[in-house]
Amino acid sequence: MKLFQHKNTLTENHIKADKAADDKVPDGLIKRCPKCGEEIFADKLDEYAICPSCDYGFRISAKKRLTWLVDNLDEWDAEICPSNPLDFPNYEEKIQKAQKISGINESVLTGLATIANIKFALGIMDPNFIMGSLGQMTGEKLTRLFERATEQHLPVVLFTASGGARMQEGICSLVQMAKVSNSVARHNQAGLLYITVLTDPTTGGVTASFASQADITLAEPHAMVGFAGRRVIEQTIHEKIRPDLQDAENVLKHGFIDQIIKRQDEKATLTWLLRNGGEYHE
Amino acid sequence: MNKSAMEVVRAARSEKHITGHEIRKVLFPDFFELHGDRLSGDDPAIVGGIATFHGKAVTVITTSRGHGIKERMEKHFGQPEPSGYRKALRLIKNAAKFHRPVLLFVDTAGAYPGKSAEENGQGQAIAQNLLEIGQVKTPVITVMYGEGGSGGALALACGDEVWMMEDSIFSVLSPEGFSSILWKDSSKVEKAAEMMKLTPNDLLELKIIEGIIDEPNDHTTVLKNIDQVLTTELAKLQQLSDDELIQRRYNRFRKF
Repeated sequence: MKLFQHKNTLTENHIKADKAADDKVPDGLIKRCPKCGEEIFADKLDEYAICPSCDYGFRISAKKRLTWLVDNLDEWDAEICPSNPLDFPNYEEKIQKAQKISGINESVLTGLATIANIKFALGIMDPNFIMGSLGQMTGEKLTRLFERATEQHLPVVLFTASGGARMQEGICSLVQMAKVSNSVARHNQAGLLYITVLTDPTTGGVTASFASQADITLAEPHAMVGFAGRRVIEQTIHEKIRPDLQDAENVLKHGFIDQIIKRQDEKATLTWLLRNGGEYHE
Repeated sequence: MNKSAMEVVRAARSEKHITGHEIRKVLFPDFFELHGDRLSGDDPAIVGGIATFHGKAVTVITTSRGHGIKERMEKHFGQPEPSGYRKALRLIKNAAKFHRPVLLFVDTAGAYPGKSAEENGQGQAIAQNLLEIGQVKTPVITVMYGEGGSGGALALACGDEVWMMEDSIFSVLSPEGFSSILWKDSSKVEKAAEMMKLTPNDLLELKIIEGIIDEPNDHTTVLKNIDQVLTTELAKLQQLSDDELIQRRYNRFRKF
């Protein structure tokens, strides 16, 4: 009984939560790392936007990534906008919103990039653009990227971030997987280097096509990399799956990723790989 | 008397369909099965091998849903594992070595979305098929005879031609999944089916497929119709040089 009468329990001493705390802290001031739960003051996040505790790279726009990734970029096909092949209702509004948030017209940004005087074809998918989904015009921009790289004899570096096929474009989205793959095959046959960097999240039809076809496959720490969605897997096997099943680290263990690279090391890593991983271009 | 999209969906999933087993038995009576992906296993959801078709050797690959609950569970109801896609690719590359045409017969709700499939690289397996099947130097024709679900079906339908049975579908995901993802409402399935352009007629109009095969109730006639289409199309494709074949295949997807 003494145990229950003891005044100095945790509950008694517990500091009461300040219910007004949320109002006192401006919106977006504190960010929680979705992987390790660490709470981070947003202004402590630098341009790399990585969790100081676990190195997870927060989802960032393609334009933001560009600021620290390359020395120069001549954008290709910037004017290309999504199509609406199924006449999906309210899709145009969704596109306009995505364009406003991301500052680009379709879910991938492509162009001729330079790092340390090395020229290469670069693609960056934007997780803020309808979850980086693979629209018909995303596929078109990527195909042109590989075709131009093949013509100009350039390596390709592609940062993937995608929820997979874009549902609003139905089958016209699905066939982009084959279209882009064919252009990757031609680039490959020309003896040119292709590097992918899988960022959070890389899933579905993008994992099942060009994200998995590179000579060298890198990934950012704790990026989700997988084919099926977690809920679908759990419904299929009727049991809970380990939380890190689709973490890049676990995918590497199973043999599908070459190395996990921290965001702040990507530029140096790519410089080295572009020099030594394929034919040399200066 | 055109069927509504949802009626086509129901017919595509109906048990009245021909099966992979029937296709092999009737069209390829001397079918000789080849097992395994030479890497990790032998997925029973994909059945492949060599057979003769009008006196000439072909490679035949079918998806298989199986009979009875035990077999169906083993085959994950016709949803291939990564090793199934790898087996298919192995057989297709082997066919190309001998310039043997490849005939694929697809009826799958999609790639198996289980834990083992994730760990064994389902995405990578499909990606490899998409990368390599486009480049093989032999004709590759796919017939869809039920459900053609998503990337798992596309990985077996990325060759020279895709023909669909009258009562079959080909889509980015099921209409149930579509309505639940986009409208958070799984009751709008009919509306989803209508909108998704998943019927053979819609897909022919979009030029995603080459043609539609008539599918009356009588299986003998159905199989005869398949035979006829394959005979004609193979004859056409076999006149092309390897380079023409691969360029044509590139253009086939490039236009989308």
